[in-house]
This record gives sequence, structure tokens and C-alpha cells, in this order.
Amino acid sequence: MFKYLPHTHQDIEEMLKTIGVSDICDLFKDIPEELKDFELDLPSQMSEIELRKHFKELEKMNRPLIPFMGAGAYDHYTPSIINHLIQRQEFLTAYTPYQPEVSQGTLQYIFEYQSMICQLTGMDVSNASMYDGSTATAEAMFMAKAARRKNKILVSETINPNILNVIRTYAAPQGIEVVLIKEENGHVSLADLKEKLDGDTAGFIAQTPNVYGIIEDYSGFSDSLKEEKALFIINQDPSTLSHLKTPAEYGADIAVGEAQSLGVPLGYGGPYIGYLATTKKYMRKMPGRICGITEDADGKRAFVLTLQAREQHIRRDKANSNICSNQSLMALFVTIYMATMGKKGLYEVQQISYNHAHYLHDMLLKLAHFEVAFDNQPFFKEFTLKTDLDIEKMNQKLAKHGFLGPLNQGLFREDKAGLVTFAVTEQRTKEEMDTLIRILGGL
Amino acid sequence: MKTPKELRYTETHEWVKVEDGFAYIGITDFAQDSLGEIVFVELPEENDQLNQNSEFATIESVKAASDLNAPISGVVVAVNEDLEDAPELLNTDPYENWIVKIEIEDQSELDSLLDSEAYIKVTEEE
Repeated sequence: MFKYLPHTHQDIEEMLKTIGVSDICDLFKDIPEELKDFELDLPSQMSEIELRKHFKELEKMNRPLIPFMGAGAYDHYTPSIINHLIQRQEFLTAYTPYQPEVSQGTLQYIFEYQSMICQLTGMDVSNASMYDGSTATAEAMFMAKAARRKNKILVSETINPNILNVIRTYAAPQGIEVVLIKEENGHVSLADLKEKLDGDTAGFIAQTPNVYGIIEDYSGFSDSLKEEKALFIINQDPSTLSHLKTPAEYGADIAVGEAQSLGVPLGYGGPYIGYLATTKKYMRKMPGRICGITEDADGKRAFVLTLQAREQHIRRDKANSNICSNQSLMALFVTIYMATMGKKGLYEVQQISYNHAHYLHDMLLKLAHFEVAFDNQPFFKEFTLKTDLDIEKMNQKLAKHGFLGPLNQGLFREDKAGLVTFAVTEQRTKEEMDTLIRILGGL
Repeated sequence: MKTPKELRYTETHEWVKVEDGFAYIGITDFAQDSLGEIVFVELPEENDQLNQNSEFATIESVKAASDLNAPISGVVVAVNEDLEDAPELLNTDPYENWIVKIEIEDQSELDSLLDSEAYIKVTEEE
């Protein structure tokens, strides 16, 4: 393991001399002059003291709010051991090296990450992680297209619209047709799926818990999809797998999702991490890297990157995906989270989140301005209510009290105006919830 | 390198054998030799439609994953399932181990294929 050290002037001089170049600018002479002719508008340099003060000032401009919004990002606690471990320089500065087998430690934690994702989802194989849940979902769509050699993808209307946008962005240049499957009482409709499913369908993408927080029941979905050989892709918040039926149990061919909920801080939007797991049948269609375990010539345990023949650096333009990397540091992050919490810890965190969400749900329904949005639909740590309040004004008022209010579904879809979605985790105390209830009760 | 006279070939190194109105498709000795040790064959399924010059299967060797192109069009009536567990059979005997058996859709497509002499020339130029 090399230390992370920048080159000295002497190093640079020596390297230039070796390749016979006098000035470092000569290395860039292929770039046209007009492209290099600009001034960067950068402030002058600061001393360390000045810089620290500057960032303190910037930090003061942040307005940290106590979140009651989720929609794919959840405020779970980050055990302090994680930050200590991931900041070790072997991890923090190490991109997966170009001779990856040199870094057995990196490959080992990737292997452990993959094993844990498989345990959670019930799938056969996981890749080494992806940028985020949305791009992982779009990559799953590419897998379905490649496996079936068909160009139509069905997507549930109850999927988070942010994920749908990424799916559409990826689909268009590939000539993939995206067809929406209608919802019925906040749940994707099996009847509509059966209606739109045909021999040209590569796959169907659904999300549970969905954009309303509702736990979807996929009984019978996989049977219908199998009749047309279409792949079943389930996007699921992996933290809910402590309690809920796994994608494998529903007969999913690919399981994907955003793994931020496994202890990764909200961090104003990132970095997050996507997971992608599949069955043995489709493992050769998987994007990204996969780490395997084997024995070396001396019979000692060794970790290697495997199934690389399908990857872009070998298959070039014929590869299914141009992902050649993974979200390694965040994969380590969630691996340490899962190892720290264990099966029991993960279950308890999610049980508390579930209990808190149900408490808030029941209390809000007692208020004048809130009513049930969808009849008799089970939810996990996020739920949707109907309100006659001006939602933007309500959220401004909540912000004044230090709360990030619920998601306004009307901002996503006009026909969902008046629906708000609250998210609650183990971090929300009864006091915080009661304060929120009191403010909303006074409106 | 073997190139049996009774078979027909493509420039992309597939062979076709016509027997009882069906066509058997495989890869040539030249192809298996260039690919190296074959570790996986992704087969189409029965009843899949093959279209001339379109990809229908993928062969993965220790070096690369390569697509196979359909020499002629037709519906798959059988796939060689032995290859699922023993893909290396394509290395040991590429002409004995066909990959798919299809129903010939258009006899005239067979005319577009190369005979053994023409195919040998193709391999000599590569």
C-alpha cells in the first residue's frame, strides 16, 4: 500500500526528463490554444487559519432542519465507528487500483458488501455497488433489454418520479420505450400490467415501499411476467428488508435500490450508493465490477475481480454498461453499518422507525386538516395523507420552527395536489413528533 | 485447422450444416482457436426467432465475450444444452458440437454463405 503523497518538483522534473519533455505544458500541446486561453476567476490563496475561518463562515449559512421528509433519503443514525474506519488512508484515498488484486483488503470488503446485499435481498449475486439507486435502476433496465433483446420497459406509476426521470434519461438514447403502469389506490395495478404486458416487453420496474410509502404486494406479478419472459425488477429500500418480504421471494430477476438508508448521512444530497443484485441466470448481464473469492497457487484464500469479459474494457461498445467502477467508499460505509448493527440491530432500528411513523400517522389523523389518502394500505416508515392546507405555507411555517416538512406530492404530479408524505426514523423523538403535531394542530 | 468441405460458413466464423430440412449452427475451428479457452455460452431459447446477420448467442472465453451472428434466419427448435455445463466442448470439437438447431425459413439465404475454400481464404487474410 503506497501512501497518498503528491509529486514533488523534483519528481516532476525527473519524470519530464525521462520522457524527454522540457515543460509540463508540452504534454497538453494537442489541445488547441483558443481552448486554453481563459482566466479562472479564483480567489487568492489563504493561510490555513484564514481558510478554516472562511469555511466556518460558510457553515453558518447552512440551516440544518429536523427532517420529516424522506422520498428516498432517510435520516438514520450513523454509528461513530464508521467515520473512524472509513477515514483510514488505505480506504479513503484508494480508488480500486488498476491491478485490483494487489489490494486484497479493498476486495475483501467489496466481497463482504456483496455477500450482505445478497443476504438482505435473497438474490444470488450482487455487484460491487453503483453510484446511486436511480442509476442502478436504469442499469437494471439495460440488463433486461440485453437479456431479452426487446426495447419496451414497463414502469410502475408509483415509483419515485426522480427515479423515473433517470430511467427516461437513460432510455431515450438507447431507443427504449418506457410505458407507465397505472396505480390503483396508491398501489401499482396488476390488471393494468397484464393489459400492457406483451411479447415485446423486456421487463417491468416497480418500487416498494413506493413513492407514497406504501408497501406493495407483488403476489402474482412474477407469474404474469414469466408468461411473456419479461424480467421483474424491484427497487426496494434495503433497510426495510429487515422486515419485509425480499425481492427474491416475489420472484424478482433483479433487485436494486438506494442504500443510503443503511446509515449514510443525508449530506445535502450525497454521496449516496446504489445496490444491484440478480439471479445466477442474469449475472453475466450485470453492470460494474464483481468481486469473487478463490484460492491462490499456494492454496491461500484470495479475492479477485471476476466475470470481467463482459465489461467495457474488454467488450468495448458491445458491453451492456459503461460502468467500470463502483461507489467503493460508500460500499465500505454501508458494509461497516451492516456489520455494526447486525441482523438484530437493523431490525430494531427499523422497528422503531416503523413504530414512530405509525404514531405520527395516527396522531395527525386526529387533526382537522388531515385525512387518509389511500384506504387500508400498509406503510413502513413513510406515509401519505391528504390535506386541505396550503402545503408550501405549512412547510414555511414548519421551517421557522426548525422542521423540514413533508414532501408535497403535488410538486411531482398535478393530480396529486393536496397529498403530503411524511418520513419518520428512529432519530425522531416523541418530543419532536409532538411539537410537529402541535404546530400542525394550530394551523 | 479443420474446415470440413460439406459445411457452409460465414465471414464471422460460424458454420452451418443442413440435415433433414433443419440447419445446425456452430463455430469454426478457427473461431475456437482465436477465442481461447471457452468458459461460458449464453444460448438462445427454443422458439426464439433468429434473423440473418443478427446476434443470437454470446460466447465468453478467458479473453473476451463475443457475439454470434445468425448465418440464416429461422426459429430455434433445439439448443445444445451440453454446452451449459461443458462450454469447453466447443474447444475440443467445434464441428461435432453444434450450438443451435433451427428450422430453415428461407432456403435462398443458404446461397449467401461461403463454401470451405472461400472460408479458408477469409481466415488466411485475418
